[in-house]
Amino acid sequence: MRKEIVENHEPAAPPTQPVKKKQVRKNEVRSSNGFGYKIGLALIYLLLGVVAVFQIFPLVWLFLFSLKNNQEVFELSPFAIPTNPKWENYVNVWTEGNISQYFLNSVLYTASSVILTVILASMVTFAITRMKWRLSSLVLGLFMVGLMIPIHSTLIPLFSTFSSLGLIDHPLSLILTYTAFNLPITIMILFGFYQVLPREVEEAAIMDGASIHRIFFQVTLPMTAPVMATAAIINMIYNWNEFVFVNTFISSDNFKTLTVGIQNFIGQYMTDWGAIGATLMISIIPILLAFLFLSNRIVEGISAGSVKG
Amino acid sequence: MDKAMSNKGVIMLYIFPALFLLLALIYIPIVQTGYFGLMKWNGMGSKEFIGLTNYSRLVQDSLFWSSAYHSFLLALFSVLSLVGYLMISVVLAGKIKGADILRKIYLIPMLLASVAIAQLWMKIYHPTNGILNSMLMSIGIEEPPMWLADPNLALFAIFIPIIWQYAGFYILIYYAALKNIPESLIEAARIDGATAWDIAWKIKIPLIMNVIKVTIVLAVVGSLKYFDLIYIMTNGGPNGASEVMASYMYGHAFRGFDFGYASAIGFFLLVICLVITWIIRKATAVKEEIQY
Repeated sequence: MRKEIVENHEPAAPPTQPVKKKQVRKNEVRSSNGFGYKIGLALIYLLLGVVAVFQIFPLVWLFLFSLKNNQEVFELSPFAIPTNPKWENYVNVWTEGNISQYFLNSVLYTASSVILTVILASMVTFAITRMKWRLSSLVLGLFMVGLMIPIHSTLIPLFSTFSSLGLIDHPLSLILTYTAFNLPITIMILFGFYQVLPREVEEAAIMDGASIHRIFFQVTLPMTAPVMATAAIINMIYNWNEFVFVNTFISSDNFKTLTVGIQNFIGQYMTDWGAIGATLMISIIPILLAFLFLSNRIVEGISAGSVKG
Repeated sequence: MDKAMSNKGVIMLYIFPALFLLLALIYIPIVQTGYFGLMKWNGMGSKEFIGLTNYSRLVQDSLFWSSAYHSFLLALFSVLSLVGYLMISVVLAGKIKGADILRKIYLIPMLLASVAIAQLWMKIYHPTNGILNSMLMSIGIEEPPMWLADPNLALFAIFIPIIWQYAGFYILIYYAALKNIPESLIEAARIDGATAWDIAWKIKIPLIMNVIKVTIVLAVVGSLKYFDLIYIMTNGGPNGASEVMASYMYGHAFRGFDFGYASAIGFFLLVICLVITWIIRKATAVKEEIQY
């Protein structure tokens, strides 16, 4: 479905409409230094700035009220900086509830599914782009159509299957499901990279008599490290934030992740705004940190996964 | 070399684990969903075959159709907002200082968990202490709306954080596509005297039409299956005012334990998503290959 887009931009004849060249060019020069041009540019920056503020404002407000107590939330203006920041809100929610357990669970499930997904997806992509077999395009198609399937259409059978396997309320149900549902997007991200990756090194290794497994593990995987990193960070964001499967498959507190855990936790603290704010901040900090350091990879992964594939 | 690269056993070994997970956890379940839709089943006991009863109930269920209407309303809203994203991206992909930082800032909400977004926006919409009503009251509006508790506003109040969540994603996609257009093309048009407006409308947008098509499909299908914020913020309420198809299905399954009927809804949702995808792709199919 998205293949056409990649081939979009071949250089070809520029459109030729010689419309009164000189005159217009003169106009352009005048306008680009003129008053109207500056006003226009100012409006553009204003528009872009307003959008940026809209995107970031709620988070700033969240951070501020995570450092307040209820009295300050209710009585001060929303953007008043608390004179005496209540950092203890963070300490309290971390130590009182099960937040630290949820956090650990999120880390474990996310890490195991990311590793499993990236390895399995690399194997599939390797087999599809490097090896010769008849059904390869069918298999690729199956993975790609998997992207369009709503998870709600799979939820009841998955619940029932995991029940009969004794995997309900078991971390394995989440790790397997996350892996399955992230394989399509991961293969999509890897696929573009594998296609443009030069094959000479792999071919030389075959000539030298290396086995396929050696080529895959010692030649191809190291060469695809950058794209694996991109795929891993995208996977990490999806798994870290996942809600429906945890909410459906997991019932005991020991196994809950941060998303469902904080949802329940906030229920108990419904009235303490500072605690709620601190809990939400704790849940988003890892993502914000990842973003701070890896924003280029995230941008690359999201645009590769949705546009190019 | 060809022989090594077409070794059937090795191919199986590399494909099988992933393919097994895909089939077992995605493809077999969607077939099962359709099949379970033919059953009367509370999720625990035995299933009783009741033919198309669940599906005919679905067709007559006005609550389902109202949730479907809300889902389609969200789809319409999302597609219309694409126009705004496209405009922002065209501006951003022009020679704007700080474009790279801006598009990253726009993206931040998309990276956050729905639970965090939902909880944050519930606080924003809080009737007395939320920032929205605090601001409204400070400019003299004495009785600001109740937002999520108001049946006329709840659905639209949830649309805003959904837009907030995804705006950066679409802007990023459009921005990447626009940056892909060869500079020489734009330069040539400019020398020929095309205005910035002409360049945007007659060159840039037609050139990224394929990407726009993909985003329309993503926006529509993403809206039709949308669940997270609605489930957490209002759970479809007040009184069904913000119910969408996925939340309606989830309620029947895991609150009502009517697994048979919920499966029928889930299967219907799948069919709608696939059919709509197909229709959009047909309707927007490019008649002739654009050459440039």
